[in-house]
Amino acid sequence: MTQIERGVPAITLAMIGTWLVFASVPLWIEKVGLYQYLGVEILVFATYALAYNLVLGHAGLPSFGHGAFFGVGAYAFGLAQHAVWPNLWFCLAAAVAAAAVAGLIVALFISHRRGIYYALMTIAFGQVFWFIAIKATSITGGEDGLLKIERLPVATGIASFDLKSNVALFYFVLVVFMAVTVFLWRLVHSPFGRVVKAIKQNEMRARFVGYNVWAYKAAVLILSAGLSGMAGGMFAMAQNSAFPDVMSLHYSGYVVMMTLVGGGLVSFWGPVIGAAAFFLARDVIGAVTTSWMLWFGLCFVILVLFKPEGIAGLFQGYMRSHTAPKNPAPQPAPPSLAR
Amino acid sequence: MAIFEAHDLHLRFGDRVVLEDVSLAFEEGKLSGIMGPNGAGKTTCFNVLTGRYRPSRGRVLWQGRDITGRSPQDIARLGVARSFQLMNLFDEFTVFENIAVALPETRRRSANMLTSAYAERTVSEDVHDILERVGLADRANDDAKSLPYGARRALEIGVALACKPKLLFLDEPTAGLGADGRVRLAELIAKLKGQLTVVVIEHDMEFLFSLADEISVIHWGQVIARGTPAALRQNPWVESSNLGRLN
Repeated sequence: MTQIERGVPAITLAMIGTWLVFASVPLWIEKVGLYQYLGVEILVFATYALAYNLVLGHAGLPSFGHGAFFGVGAYAFGLAQHAVWPNLWFCLAAAVAAAAVAGLIVALFISHRRGIYYALMTIAFGQVFWFIAIKATSITGGEDGLLKIERLPVATGIASFDLKSNVALFYFVLVVFMAVTVFLWRLVHSPFGRVVKAIKQNEMRARFVGYNVWAYKAAVLILSAGLSGMAGGMFAMAQNSAFPDVMSLHYSGYVVMMTLVGGGLVSFWGPVIGAAAFFLARDVIGAVTTSWMLWFGLCFVILVLFKPEGIAGLFQGYMRSHTAPKNPAPQPAPPSLAR
Repeated sequence: MAIFEAHDLHLRFGDRVVLEDVSLAFEEGKLSGIMGPNGAGKTTCFNVLTGRYRPSRGRVLWQGRDITGRSPQDIARLGVARSFQLMNLFDEFTVFENIAVALPETRRRSANMLTSAYAERTVSEDVHDILERVGLADRANDDAKSLPYGARRALEIGVALACKPKLLFLDEPTAGLGADGRVRLAELIAKLKGQLTVVVIEHDMEFLFSLADEISVIHWGQVIARGTPAALRQNPWVESSNLGRLN
């Protein structure tokens, strides 16, 4: 019986390893000359990139306006806190719901498209949301952004934990990240996830075996938008504000870069690697030159040209070359209907 | 009794008429053949019958129910499956998963986001049963894209069978197969014949005439002849075509 027939475990060794590495970050990050807030940024954007990769890597849908959902989540978190109920769980739920609704609106218009048309429509919608954020000054604060967003305490009913320090916030975001990784891991290996993967490979065949391709494409975008919104909500909390910048086209491009550089097309963990690489490059190269993005952009171009599978692809290639048998025994040709 | 009927189908692309007053009926449990020269409109006819194209006029009936213009997924869910002339597989999946994803059992559970996709024993059994039937039992773990042409052709039919259809459309299943492959395929189709209704488009006249209960000849987008293989041999058009050189 193969692995796929046995089913994948809910929690894997790679998952536990990744969580442990992240959990140790506050213990050493300052000792290597970096700072605690960087860990928060990496985790928030790793969550965002994982959510984004549901659309790009798993469903093969090139969305280039995902910043809109991240931004909608950030604003929804702030607005829910200011105008409705300053409760962490409620505000996070509002961020997820608002971004999912935005995803639903976009999905209604674009789910019958694919390829370049899908990409162009997502850019157009991204710009619409960004423009609304800039112009709806009375709601979003316009270009000044939505300020005074509090880091709300984690209320569990029994005890309450303060998130004012970056380390506390880091561990809260880590718990959310862990939940998202478990959920997405289950999702991509679930019947739903495999159908989405089938649609990515061959939409027409998927239709002819009975799947409503439109509905799956819409569902994936809504899910991804909702989770991106949750990351946006955590980012608003981390920054104590929400700005239209995160909804702009170049911010949407960042998450694409993170996902591709990390290797989201070939690995579940690619977006996490990409998010870490992006922020480390910003801080490490940025300490040497202000034009860090030029160098990171060049790395991106080189990677896409020579190793489009990204950093995870490099790692997988290395592992394959070091674990494959040197002289595999020739296999007899199996019987087949047609030879 | 006809399980699937098409009445006066008409299809035009721009000013070009592709199908004109095509009427067909496929009897339950029988194997029907469709033949005709290249560009005659056979595959286009399949595309209309299985929902890929909506006819300009005419009706398609499934068990007496009008399904004209229904989507491919709706028609597939009724129990109509098809294979394609040009290979249409899930190339990044293994052979096992190509079959598994097409099973109605997987389709029923496809909204499930939290359990493993194919961990059910019934799924595994169904997949291995189909792979056994199409001769790919030993290649379950191979990537679909790595299969040789003949095995891909077998998998193409396997994916259609995985839908557990009541009616199976096969579009030129022998295309590209060697002699050995054709024999095996004929054996498989002969077995299917007793179990479900099969409609085959085929260029290989010998293959088709040895299997079909009834054959329709399509040319210039019209059905120009219909009958049993024996009756068609006497048809003047068929006699003057490739078929006349049979045996």
